[in-house]
Amino acid sequence: MSGQPNRGMEGVMATAAQELAVHEKKELVSKEEKTVPGRYYIPYTDIHETDEAITVVMEMPGVEKKDINVSLENDVLRVDGQIDFAKYEGMEPVYTEYNVGPYTRAFTVSNKIDQEKISAQVEDGVLTLTLPKAKEALLRRISIG
Amino acid sequence: MALFPDPFERLPGLQQALDTFRTSGWLQPGLSGGGTYPPMNVFRKGDDFIVITEVPGIKTSDIEVQVKGNTIRLAGTKSVTYGEKVSLHRRERLAGRFDRAVTLPIEINPEGVKAECRDGVLALFLPRAERDKPKTIQVA
Repeated sequence: MSGQPNRGMEGVMATAAQELAVHEKKELVSKEEKTVPGRYYIPYTDIHETDEAITVVMEMPGVEKKDINVSLENDVLRVDGQIDFAKYEGMEPVYTEYNVGPYTRAFTVSNKIDQEKISAQVEDGVLTLTLPKAKEALLRRISIG
Repeated sequence: MALFPDPFERLPGLQQALDTFRTSGWLQPGLSGGGTYPPMNVFRKGDDFIVITEVPGIKTSDIEVQVKGNTIRLAGTKSVTYGEKVSLHRRERLAGRFDRAVTLPIEINPEGVKAECRDGVLALFLPRAERDKPKTIQVA
């Protein structure tokens, strides 16, 4: 899903007045097959950029901090999140509305990123990645004399 | 009941089991509250029931859980914030308020209900009321 249209750049906060719709989980359709069978899901993601950094925010409910893997290689940012499905041991479903599975998503990052300074934090099932731009990629404003 | 005995079969097994109960008419919408967010899965564990919902990015303080009789209600607000002076490249996360009530076809003991929220997953433990538990009858 390409998301909702950008409603201007005022952006500070999405309106909380409307009713929250159910976002059906999106299954990964991949050309390469995974070695472990099972369905993977694509985390819903917001990406925003400031002059200094690119911020990637991903929703990965049920993934513990230790089970998140972030890598940046050849300008491809890849995020994987594993689900500890052993928690479902001994539980018998009687009614279900969504499925669970590992999350995976990759983005090609266009700007040069300072790899050493990438930071990540997880809160309430939401992963926030801050990718600071490398010095040479920082915007330089040129004044016209 | 060992639902997913083989560790390598576990994930597909779990996913298949979850799919099977997608059309189950076990849960009915409650009288109060509308909407279908958050999506929920209901499990049975022994005599008790567990409702699991995915609420990523919602603070515990922004979720209200109410139990009345055998109806449970989940209400709250999810907000998505961005910093100032940002340009948005991708915006997929949804924000808004929600209010959902469902009626369980079992009697629960409201005193014993426990709610736990971790990693964006809210779990409600609903112990079955003593008088609602099935009784085993010995066949003579």
